Formats: sequence, structure tokens, C-alpha cells
Amino acid sequence: MTWRHFFTSSIGKKFTMAFTGLFLITFLIVHASINACIFLNDGGATFNAFAHFMSHNWIVRFLELGLFGGLIVHIIQGLLLWKQNGSSRPVAYHVNQPSKNSKWYSRSMGILGTLLLLFLIMHLNHFYIGTKIALYSGDQPHNLYIEMQELFSSNLIVGLYIAGVIALFWHLYHGFQSALQTLGIHHKRYTPIIKMAGTGYAVIICTLFALMPLAFYFHWIS
Amino acid sequence: MEHYLMNLTLKVWRQKNNQAKGKLETYQVKDISSEMSFLEMFDVLNEQLIVEGKEPIAFDHDCREGICGMCSMYINGQAHGPWQQNTTCQLHMRAFKDGDTIVVEPWRSGAFPVVKDLVVDRSSFDRIIQAGGFISVNTGNAVDANAMPIDKKDADNAFMAAACIGCGACVATCKNGSAMLFVGAKVSQLALLPQGAPERESRVLNMVAQMDKEGFGNCTNTYACEAECPKGISVANIARLNSEFLLAGLSTEEK
Repeated sequence: MTWRHFFTSSIGKKFTMAFTGLFLITFLIVHASINACIFLNDGGATFNAFAHFMSHNWIVRFLELGLFGGLIVHIIQGLLLWKQNGSSRPVAYHVNQPSKNSKWYSRSMGILGTLLLLFLIMHLNHFYIGTKIALYSGDQPHNLYIEMQELFSSNLIVGLYIAGVIALFWHLYHGFQSALQTLGIHHKRYTPIIKMAGTGYAVIICTLFALMPLAFYFHWIS
Repeated sequence: MEHYLMNLTLKVWRQKNNQAKGKLETYQVKDISSEMSFLEMFDVLNEQLIVEGKEPIAFDHDCREGICGMCSMYINGQAHGPWQQNTTCQLHMRAFKDGDTIVVEPWRSGAFPVVKDLVVDRSSFDRIIQAGGFISVNTGNAVDANAMPIDKKDADNAFMAAACIGCGACVATCKNGSAMLFVGAKVSQLALLPQGAPERESRVLNMVAQMDKEGFGNCTNTYACEAECPKGISVANIARLNSEFLLAGLSTEEK
């Protein structure tokens, strides 16, 4: 089995999804932790210091390339698998009751992922592209805290961010334990722990993310 | 349980052959006993069709006691019908009530082409087994079964995997049309035992390669297969398939 055969096989593609998925899961911990600095309610001083570090440290800049690489592979492989899986049943059932045997979110990873992709395009447009243009053109660095404050005063933007977090929750809720099952980890003793850890992770990360726009919108932080 | 008779409306997939375009046809059956099996109800319907001078419905069946894996009906949107851990032949009409409408379709998968009506060609499963689902033994006298010590836990897990009857309900149910529960069970039953050890790596690589070649989809861990499997094969076997494939795939010397 050559490397090409390994990664183009059905299980190899699953491994790619699981590895990149777990990688993105670790990224979200960093992302949520740094953003949670806004809750210190110090006018964004700590948060902006971290944001400055993240955009100027060359190790972080290098790791960011890996992050985008992982994200792009996860998206492209996911979309290709979605298409391939769809074509494995050329004639659909007239009557089908998938709710009798599986959970809706486990069957909806493709659509949840697509919603997340749309959310991500909007999110990068809000908080990433502008700051990077400023960084490389030598303009005054953006004050992300102030930008968050401005953006999250809009009903529409807050609504879209909450919708994005809801899609993220269900994607992570299935994805965490699914990734470990794909890597071959299934054990009577540890699988229930993995499922609990996955649920806890999804709840904590998504609650933190949801609180960010809400905190600005309702002026819980100034 | 109380015995009762029922009248039913059946909507059954009729398809002349592999090339023809099929459609659902509606039939009425009367005075069906609650103690009949689902296939006996189909026998009654077919007798009726023969008397009317119509073509009887083709459906697969053999042992009619839940062990051969031939019966393969998708009943009211579920593989093998509404009962858990049960084959179509062991589904009894007491699962239904008078006046019910029952929709019956064949397994739907690109890798299981329809032969006729409710009969599908599952020889893709046979080709996966031929690719590695066996152990090579020397001919001659049978070896003493108890000469090789095997951990009771491993023997039990291998036996539970070996309960797979290869009916294809996992593929029929899976939203991705994936065969990984079947292949996982067939890899596991041999990987867990010392007799399977010599061909352990080539087995999993060859069986997965054949599975992919047949056009089955990719598992996304919805676990619908386990829920609908008539033998209750655990998705732990899919995890074992994954780890067997990972270890075999990474330890190979090919570049």
C-alpha cells in the first residue's frame, strides 16, 4: 500500500477528516481562550495585547499556515466525501425513516459544515482580512476590541454569529467522538468518557463564543 | 398474544430487470393472520397474483429462520422492518394492524443493483470476502480445535462479529451506503483470533481496497447500521477495522 493508496482509500479519507478535525478542535481552545479575555472587562487591554502577540509573533504566523492548510483540507475532503457518499445510492428510497436509527446531527455534518464555511467567510471578512492588510501595509493596527463592540451592536450580525455558534455546537458534538471512533478508539470503558468529554468541550467552547457577541450587545462589558 | 386478522394495502417496488425503470405498485391483501411471518404474507399475495394471471413479486429468501441473510426488504423506511435485531423473515404480521399501508422497497445502493423487483445482487459482498475474508490452512486432518489457547474475551468478541449474516441491511440503512459494518465484522472475526494472525495485514488492506472498488460510501459514524443490524453487530467493529487498517497501512514497506 503506497501513501497515495493509503490516503485515497475510504478509511484514509476518514483519517484525514479526523486528524484535521482534531487539529481544528485544539485551535478552537486557543481561539476561545484568548477571546475570553474580553470578559476581564478591562476595556480590551488584555485581549488586544494577546491579539497583538498573535498577529506579530513569527511562530504564531507560521502555525497559522498549518491552521489554514488543515482547514482547507478538512473543507475540500469533506465536500468531496459528501458528494461521493451521495452518489453511492443512485436511486433514493420512496419511504425512509432515518430518525428511527440515528441522530439528525450525525447525518447533517455536510450541511452543518457548509453553514460553518459560510459563517467563516463572513467572520474572516470581519476580523481577519482587514487586520492582515493593515499589518502588511504598515497601517495603524486595528483595535479588534473596538471593532467587536461596533459590529456586535447590530441585531443582524449578532443573530448571524449566534446561528454560526449553534451550527458549530452540533458539528463539534458529533465530530469530537466521531473523530476518535475513526482513529480506531472504541472501548467499553473509555468511549463513554470520550463522549462526555466531547459534550463538555462543545458546550464550553460554544457557550464562550455565544457570550461574546451577547456581552457586547447587552453591554455586559463596557 | 391475541390473534387477529387484518386487511392491508401494500405498495411494492416492481422492476422488470436491471435496466428497466421500476415503480411502486399498489396491492390489497385480505384476512392476513397476525401470526404469519412477513414473507408468508408475501406468499399469500403472490398466490393471489398468480390466480389473477399476473407476474408474482420476486423476493429473496432461503432459511426463513433469521440466519441465512437472504431476505432483504426495506419496509416502511426501515431495513427488515420496524422490529429491532430482526430479519424480514422473522418479522411477524402482529407488528402491523388492520388497515395499515406498508411500503416495501429493495435495498438501495449502487453496489447492490436490482436484479428484479425486490431482489438485489449482493455479490459485491462475496468479492470483498474473496479479497481476504478467509484464513489459509494446509489440507489434511482437521487440527485439534482446543490445541490453541484463546482468551475467552477475544473468542467472545470474534464470535459476536461472526454473527454477521451478510444481509446488507447496514449498507441499505447507511445514509452514505457504506459497507464498513460488514467489512468491520468480517475483518474482526479473524483479526481477534490467532488463526487469523498470519494474513492479518494483507487481509484488511485487500478487503478495504475491494470495498472501495465496489463503490460503497464512506462511514460518517451515524451508527444507523448498528441500530438496524438484525444481529446487533457493534460499531466497535468499525473502530477495529479503522485501527487494523491504520496499523497495516503504515507498517507496509511500499513507498
